[in-house]
Amino acid sequence: MAALATSDLTTQTARWTRKDLLGLRELSAEEIRCILQTAGSFREISLRPIKKVPVLRGKTVVNLFFEASTRTRTSFELAAKRLSADIVNITPQHSSLSKGETVLDTVRNLEALKVDVLVIRHAAAGVPHLIAQHATSSVINAGDGAHEHPTQALLDLFTIQEKRGRIDGLNVSIIGDIAHSRVARSNIWGLTKLGAHVTVCGPPTLMPPQIEQLGSAAGGAGVAVTHDLSSAIRGADVLMLLRIQHERQEAMLIPSLREFRLRYGITRERLEAAKPDILIMHPGPVNRGVELDSSVADGPFSVILDQVTNGLAVRMAVLYLVSGAPKVDEEEG
Amino acid sequence: MDRILIRGGQVIDPANQRDGRFDVLIERGKIADIQPSIPLNGATVINATGTLVVPGLVDLHTHLREPGREDKETIATGSAAAARGGFTTICAMPNTTPPADHRGVVDLIHQAAQRCGIVSVHAVGSITKGRQGKELTDFGELFDAGCIALSDDGNPVADSFLMRRALEYAKVFGRPLIQHAEDPALAAGGVMHEGLVSTTLGLRGIPSEAESVLVARDLALAELTGGWVHVAHLSSGTSVELIRQAKRRGVHVTCEVTPHHLALTHEAVGTFETRAKVNPPLRTEQDRLALVDGLRDGTIDCIATDHAPHTEWEKDADFDSAPFGISGLETALGVCVETLVKPGLLTWSQLIEKLSSNPARIAGLECGTLGVGREADLTLIDPIAQWTVDPQRFASKGRHTPFAGRTLTSVVVRVLRHGVEVAR
Repeated sequence: MAALATSDLTTQTARWTRKDLLGLRELSAEEIRCILQTAGSFREISLRPIKKVPVLRGKTVVNLFFEASTRTRTSFELAAKRLSADIVNITPQHSSLSKGETVLDTVRNLEALKVDVLVIRHAAAGVPHLIAQHATSSVINAGDGAHEHPTQALLDLFTIQEKRGRIDGLNVSIIGDIAHSRVARSNIWGLTKLGAHVTVCGPPTLMPPQIEQLGSAAGGAGVAVTHDLSSAIRGADVLMLLRIQHERQEAMLIPSLREFRLRYGITRERLEAAKPDILIMHPGPVNRGVELDSSVADGPFSVILDQVTNGLAVRMAVLYLVSGAPKVDEEEG
Repeated sequence: MDRILIRGGQVIDPANQRDGRFDVLIERGKIADIQPSIPLNGATVINATGTLVVPGLVDLHTHLREPGREDKETIATGSAAAARGGFTTICAMPNTTPPADHRGVVDLIHQAAQRCGIVSVHAVGSITKGRQGKELTDFGELFDAGCIALSDDGNPVADSFLMRRALEYAKVFGRPLIQHAEDPALAAGGVMHEGLVSTTLGLRGIPSEAESVLVARDLALAELTGGWVHVAHLSSGTSVELIRQAKRRGVHVTCEVTPHHLALTHEAVGTFETRAKVNPPLRTEQDRLALVDGLRDGTIDCIATDHAPHTEWEKDADFDSAPFGISGLETALGVCVETLVKPGLLTWSQLIEKLSSNPARIAGLECGTLGVGREADLTLIDPIAQWTVDPQRFASKGRHTPFAGRTLTSVVVRVLRHGVEVAR
């Protein structure tokens, strides 16, 4: 644990008191910084020849993914393994999740097996909250419907901080399907709490009502809304693209993916008006040629793969913090 | 028990413009006399000093779940909950399994209600077969079987042509068609009011216009046909304004609002609180105030509970999966007193009008009044006493209410139906 300054980690755990990580809306700027700092301490482990530390030895983590996911699930799995935790993956096609068992019954059964952390992904908003209310294990939200995806936003914040040295005062534009995006919501909370100016951009059909007020509940300035891509690019330090789902076309939210690309797709030409050091981010998986052209996705401004690398450190930090935090319902001697 | 004398209570009987201290004499289950003072003459005395004596409350909109979902509620448990809430008459919505779209189910409901003999239950039949919105039911047979109205509640009648024919055909019966006003395409997939809270939680919204679009259409069709439409559980301010204007033009329309829409807004959903998931959804403060205004100026005729019981495990689910509905019979009166009477928005007499005489009139029933000769359906209320809502003590099987833990004013102290005590 040479590079892992244990004293640092101890003070960070002391600042972290939550059993769960459900979203960024309920976190303070201080708590968000605590996770980012902890992630900074863990980042180096993955660069070692032996990528493992024993901090969560003896703990059991369950990846309970009611909705299919490859990258987030793998990231959590590796994060748990690098901290020496035992991890079990439960996916919908191989479990009673497809047999009509209620979510809470599934969780009660897992808790009877004495697990420590539940990492939850679900297509419905609020499932991690529901589980957290009833479970004594720690719950980490790995994406719930269109609500929040806190670890994604944290790794985005970590990447911006890493590349720019700060978040406060930066202009960040989030582009695309804001209405259905948990990534957008978590980022709006995280970015505004850390002092960034957030603009959301997309067609009116993909903009949820009163989105401009989101973030202002945290005492911030809320977010700016524009339907014009060039104004979202102009002056931006960071462009965050979102995946556009094919189903949006069928739901009459956009006329066609082609039309979406013409108006909101990021191409090299459009970036000519951008700041010279702009960062291009995407939570993946990318629809090449729709929201993002290959020349940009693979181009010099793209930090998409750094996001993936940092995701591992952030998830290690979150697993570590929620496991270390004293549990509300636990009565230990 | 042939003669009962209710002594010294404050009698509030809006149907007979009575609001004062009176004795009420009941003989053979009927109201025999109301006078400032009636001699005892061997009657059993109920001391009503300090309590209000009002006609038994009437609920136009109750879901009893029987037949089909007896795990959620039965006619017996729903009736007991009604009595506990001060109701002596309830109207059972037809979205049962099978639905009340033919005489067999209607007879079953009425017979089961009679067997438990707690409150009067009147069935509402469905407008279309299977509540599918395709073919009309046999209206005449349903009304002959005792239905007080027809409704596809839960489902709106979306087809404009069918709604036109239904309104036209129903005219000869002098009874209303109750519409659950919601444009299915605009509401599709929605689970709460579309606004800042739904945006924050990432939940699919139901815009207010899903309701007002269909209200506007139904008012136009009622105007076209001269038929009678009753709009169920109003939730949006725009709908109230549309109905206000239509009433001015003389359109035959009546409507209702629930206690929860009068008391709460979409903020009650908080962080995925399924006990505040209801259809139509709780909307904005502006909508809530418009509903209160509509109730006060008479645009909204009555208050109905939309009592919608579910099992606890169904409500202990994520917000998308949890069923819509609030268990409302046992909190209706208290919520209305807190929301309307205490702030001085309605007098007690006006509240009883909205909860008893007006719904009785819409249902074409003889109850909702303390007129001499009528069945002695009456409720005694302590208007000052307070209680805290504890759903575990509900008579209803439905224990889900956003009012759990709230302190409400006014306690139902005694309920008589046909002169027999059914709750205290």
